[in-house]
Amino acid sequence: MMSTLRQKEAPALPKNPDATAKTPVWRHSHILDVDDFSPQEIELIFSTTDAMKEVLSRPIKKVPALRGKTIVTLFYEPSTRTRISFELAAKNLSADTVHLSTSASSVTKGESLIDSLSTLQALGANVVVIRHSQSGAPYLAARYLEASIVNAGDGWHAHPTQALLDLYTIREHKGKIKGLKVVIIGDILHSRVAHSNIWSLTTMGAAVTLCAPPTLLPAGLGHEQKHFPKVSLEPDIERAVESADAVMTLRLQRERQQSGLLPSLREYVQLYQLNESRLARAKPDALVLHPGPVNEGIEISPGVAHGPQSVIDQQVANGVAVRMALLYLLVGGKSI
Amino acid sequence: MTKKTVMTPEDMRRTLARIAHEIIERNKVLGHLVLVGMHTRGVPLAERLAANIASYESLSIPVGALDISLYRDDLASLELKPIVQRSDIPVNIDGKSVVLVDDVLYTGRSIRAAMDALMDFGRPRDIQLAVLIDRGHRELPVRADYIGKNIPSSRDEEIQVQLEETDGVDEVTIIYAPAPKEAP
Repeated sequence: MMSTLRQKEAPALPKNPDATAKTPVWRHSHILDVDDFSPQEIELIFSTTDAMKEVLSRPIKKVPALRGKTIVTLFYEPSTRTRISFELAAKNLSADTVHLSTSASSVTKGESLIDSLSTLQALGANVVVIRHSQSGAPYLAARYLEASIVNAGDGWHAHPTQALLDLYTIREHKGKIKGLKVVIIGDILHSRVAHSNIWSLTTMGAAVTLCAPPTLLPAGLGHEQKHFPKVSLEPDIERAVESADAVMTLRLQRERQQSGLLPSLREYVQLYQLNESRLARAKPDALVLHPGPVNEGIEISPGVAHGPQSVIDQQVANGVAVRMALLYLLVGGKSI
Repeated sequence: MTKKTVMTPEDMRRTLARIAHEIIERNKVLGHLVLVGMHTRGVPLAERLAANIASYESLSIPVGALDISLYRDDLASLELKPIVQRSDIPVNIDGKSVVLVDDVLYTGRSIRAAMDALMDFGRPRDIQLAVLIDRGHRELPVRADYIGKNIPSSRDEEIQVQLEETDGVDEVTIIYAPAPKEAP
């Protein structure tokens, strides 16, 4: 690529077609799920995240890139780390943040999602970060709003920013994603984290193995499916983690047992808990990931959760950098 | 479109030798010096200046790299978002003399952004500016301390700096490309 002054001081669209091919162009105005990201776009997110991590290592962890932008976090479901992570990310980029918790707003008076959103639009929000118990709610929001929508978890469907920070954490340790064996253990059926991770991991060329009780797997998995990435199924946890490069366990929600999908918690622990002896079957340098909050002693043993192979705390730290990169890519450029 | 070479590889080598000597002359205590190149082409230029200083004074000067994308004042009006690169300032710059290095000085806005960025890393004793080309048209009160070559230019011209490390060749050219006439 050539350097010209014009490009430096006020870059115009590159005239050189080769330059266009090499320069990844960001074309998303929303982050709804990872299934529509190309490997090049994910690489662009990661190189931007590298730069954001450097910002976080400075004595003054704040840059003026999003000065004057307003970012609203609209959470219809409880969350600590995701919301705080987004709020910190926005603040580190000098954006103004507003949090709307649905328990303390007109939602309790029966205001609909669309009404709440159009109020936010009228108030001048540039980005709305939304978590909702209904799958697809952020897609609805994206249709009605001019602001950029970021999906912070919708129902059982997707949690794209979590998947990207998981992927980034694996890449940080392994240097690549392609060719790695990644095992996801637990309640795949109800896990938006697992769904988004399956998309992003397979997009980047990892081999994904799922390990779960049959009642907690989506129906029809394992057959050739047009609209779902190719994954392997292995119900036996010891065979599943065999020579894995990374093992991800999912939080088991106790309601699953109450609703009859599991005979007992004790049986789940016996068959599916990631413990020291099971982890020993993976590669010696295999990573242990968990999207949090962790039920220690249920899906993961305390020794593994806090052990030397666990990167659970790094996942949280990387979450801020990944979300800074995404917010910058969404609204850092041309104003909307 | 016309194209004219204004700096050959030999010119560039001599210019960078002279700037390195000027930096040595002006900074009595070289131990306090840090060179910081601005992405993209300021970085190899800073490395070459540091190598020159090392060979004249047998002293190694720390070299950093600075990305200013997140500090630009025109972020909101750009069609194409600049790709953010990782900054790398290898030493604490508190109390140091920092020489910012860039390929071309034009409006001065990049330098304003770079100074803001540097201040987030610490409080340098002073900041100096070295550029390979000064082409005029300043929009902010910024001037360079070390200038490779002054090239009075028109806004219709592009100054293209190419370096061995990034483009495979050391060369500076002026490209005259008048703005396309609007269709009737």
